[in-house]
Amino acid sequence: MSKALVRGISRREVLRGTGALVLSFSLTPAVVLSQVSATAGPGDPGGGKLPGSLGKNPLLDAWIRVDADGKVTAFTGKAELGQGVRTALTQVVAEELEIPFEQVSLVTADTSRTVDEGYTAGSHSVQDSGTALRNAAAQVREILIGEAARRLKMPADRLHADTGAVIGPNSARITYAELVSANLLHVDAQPVSKLKDPTFFKVMEKPIQRVDIPGKVTGGGAYVQDMRLPGMLHARVIRPPSYGARLLPLDVSNIEKMTGVVRVLRDGRFLAVVAYREFQAIKAMQALSRVAKWEEVASLPSQARLHGFLLGLPAEDHVILDKHDGAGNVGKPVEATYTRPYLSHGSIGPSCAVAHLADGVMTIWTHTQGVYPDRRAISEMLGMPADKVHCIHVEGSGCYGHNGADDAAADAALIANSMPDRPIRLQWMREQEHGWEPYGPAMVAKARASLDSKGRIADWDYGVWSNTHTMRPGPAGSLLAAQHMEKAFSPQEPEPIPQPEGGGDRNAVPLYVLANARVTHHFLRQMPVRVSALRSLGAHMNVFAIESFMDELALAAGTDPVAFRLAHLDDSRAREVVTAAADEFHWADRPTPAGGHGSGFAFARYKNLAAYCAVAMQVHVDRDTGWIRVLRVAAAVDTGQVINPDGVRNQIEGGILQSLSWTMFEGVTFDNTHITSIDWSTYPILRFGSVPESLTVRVVDRPGSAFLGCGEAAQGPAAAALANAVANATGRRIRDLPLNAARVKAATSV
Amino acid sequence: MIELRVNGQSHNVSADPDTPLLYVLRDELQLNAAKFGCGLGQCGSCTVLVDGAPTLSCVTPIMLLEGRQITTVEGLGTAEDPGPMQRAFIEEQSAQCGYCIPGMMMRAQGLLQRNPRATDAEIRAYLEPNLCRCGTHMRILRAVKRAAAMMTGPDASPSTHTPVPASAQPDTSETDGDSQRDRRHSEKRERPER
Repeated sequence: MSKALVRGISRREVLRGTGALVLSFSLTPAVVLSQVSATAGPGDPGGGKLPGSLGKNPLLDAWIRVDADGKVTAFTGKAELGQGVRTALTQVVAEELEIPFEQVSLVTADTSRTVDEGYTAGSHSVQDSGTALRNAAAQVREILIGEAARRLKMPADRLHADTGAVIGPNSARITYAELVSANLLHVDAQPVSKLKDPTFFKVMEKPIQRVDIPGKVTGGGAYVQDMRLPGMLHARVIRPPSYGARLLPLDVSNIEKMTGVVRVLRDGRFLAVVAYREFQAIKAMQALSRVAKWEEVASLPSQARLHGFLLGLPAEDHVILDKHDGAGNVGKPVEATYTRPYLSHGSIGPSCAVAHLADGVMTIWTHTQGVYPDRRAISEMLGMPADKVHCIHVEGSGCYGHNGADDAAADAALIANSMPDRPIRLQWMREQEHGWEPYGPAMVAKARASLDSKGRIADWDYGVWSNTHTMRPGPAGSLLAAQHMEKAFSPQEPEPIPQPEGGGDRNAVPLYVLANARVTHHFLRQMPVRVSALRSLGAHMNVFAIESFMDELALAAGTDPVAFRLAHLDDSRAREVVTAAADEFHWADRPTPAGGHGSGFAFARYKNLAAYCAVAMQVHVDRDTGWIRVLRVAAAVDTGQVINPDGVRNQIEGGILQSLSWTMFEGVTFDNTHITSIDWSTYPILRFGSVPESLTVRVVDRPGSAFLGCGEAAQGPAAAALANAVANATGRRIRDLPLNAARVKAATSV
Repeated sequence: MIELRVNGQSHNVSADPDTPLLYVLRDELQLNAAKFGCGLGQCGSCTVLVDGAPTLSCVTPIMLLEGRQITTVEGLGTAEDPGPMQRAFIEEQSAQCGYCIPGMMMRAQGLLQRNPRATDAEIRAYLEPNLCRCGTHMRILRAVKRAAAMMTGPDASPSTHTPVPASAQPDTSETDGDSQRDRRHSEKRERPER
């Protein structure tokens, strides 16, 4: 199948062919006016509702301001987590507002400046904030054109916006700076915007270089870790050796005498040291760790029998899909059980925050995913009014979900609260990040299905057992510092995230056409290990299980895995992505499995709501060592309207590699009392030696359609494609993660 | 006082002699690029060059470094005039969060200074100690290859660098027509709000 057929004819190819024509006419109002569509655009939710996050604050100048000097500032409640969203959102604003990309500055999550858009999570930033900013920018453009029309005394439809000005006939030109006045943009957004026709995009759909990379590769101050405020002190916390450990009486007098130590802080079982210099704080932390004695409780389950333990916990059953067409008479069922261990976020930079109590206001610079929820939690912990707590997002190391960021912010705030007027920089140590972050939950999935006489799935029964996938702040009890202080807060009651997004049951409902299907989320309240949101939540496990199982069924049906999937898909975009990945991989011409070589395929639409992604993978498995070498990966993604094609590729490439790491190497380890995977030697992850030899991503073009988040689309399909390739290569199906060398060797040598 | 020579400049530093170099670079010399990742010599995000050899600054006390030539990412060029390694990482967009990248760059710099014609396999093997969590590995490998090409080519010196026009960038796109590299060189630099 040719690429052109898969993608349809790209409008850029059309545009390229007529480039001169477009250029020569691009300044005439008639052509320019055709760039915007007066009809409801993508992102219009209908029913008079405001698009994206605009409903959270409909005032246009909450999102976009034009200064008297013509500079444009856009505001998003979302944060840059290292995925390029700052650049993408800037592109959206520049495009719709008809202003050069370089002239837009973007303010990200800050409780005193931006709208409360909740967490930066769930691949929602572009969908929610991007849609809001796009519509806001388009409406601001039209307001400026309207103002120019009033001043020029001519109809607005004879004017157009270009490069920060409104242009009319006879060289009439009024800049945005001249047009804007105090309250011009202080108006409510409307449900429907005149969005630009993608054919005329100049900034969106372009692989514009990320604005943050030059600073990051030249030693610029890019991260909260890089902040240095005047008078700033360095702090370290001393965490208990295990979850329930109780601190015994403690003499800190020798620690207080150490060089550079300013303060030793004890509040319940919260222990911290503050020093002038960072390494002084570390030495004091190490010394204090040696003298602190704790009473510990063996509260953890047996790691060897973890999944049996989970299945034995009391479960709240939520049936999230139950459909029957009444047909009976089905064949012998295929059954399988899949497991996943706890997974660590493992950010390369341990969590960090700077907090400063001055004039009764606590300011916290944090790499949290949610400045507003963090503010609520920290203000509750400190007993301060929320409006006296100011949280500002500053980038940290990549987060991949709810890691130690919020806890570090709380640690810094609790220390700063006892040391007014001194900025406190607090960073976790590696073993604290690995030992105390909330992990992605361990999970079990059981699948059972049977095939009809034509080799189609006749019935399907799937259940997934999992803890919650969100214990995020909001309540103070979510924060370690609040749990450990004398006036301790208890963690909130865990709750499942409801469908259609789901938590442990995210992507537990397959996108496939199934006549008879039942899907049950067995929600486990009891949490022996601290857990919360890890990138893609339950989707990594559910897609691994479902897509492994689809291959097991295809094998039972004697059907090609890609053909088997297509036979159960009626969503045309899903079919196109599956076909595109197969084409990109040359699936039909893949090598016959032999000599340890094999190929695998997998597909999912993230949350059944966001981007579609299919991944094909070729591996070689060394039977003597169990070592998997990933030779070739080809992926296809449909993320709706693309803002930055290179940004999309970067996310899909990264998602695949991160998932390969989770799937091949990772699992939190523990004994009955302690987490024992506390660094990179005890928690190995992907290294360059295991990186695929080639990886290509085909972006399926969807101009004019709504934005679909792509930051978590690849993780599930990559995991299953790997497992399917290993099964294809070895003839043995491995259903327990990780597929590490020991497990692969054991599976292939029996 | 210990005298350290960093990026060609001498500094008398007051930190205790057992202080690992990383904390002196960050706290005392206020250099941002070398990062604290593990403090255990396990992840490579603190990598700098000492006399041209990649060195884990988080576990190397300054008392061992007197008279040695220390190079950090700041010594490779500036945002206004980036060196070949930096240009390569910008042009290949080889970062997601970017936290591990300075360490990657310094390890790669150490390799290419010794062997600018390193093969793909040699580059992979050499970068093995450094961890990336965002999964940017494919792009990092591309950037190192690009840097090697620059270092062996005519525009090897950072001081003679002129920005590569978009049209001169090779189309390294993997798949389709949408990935024409018509990227702009943005001079804009974003900094955290302070």
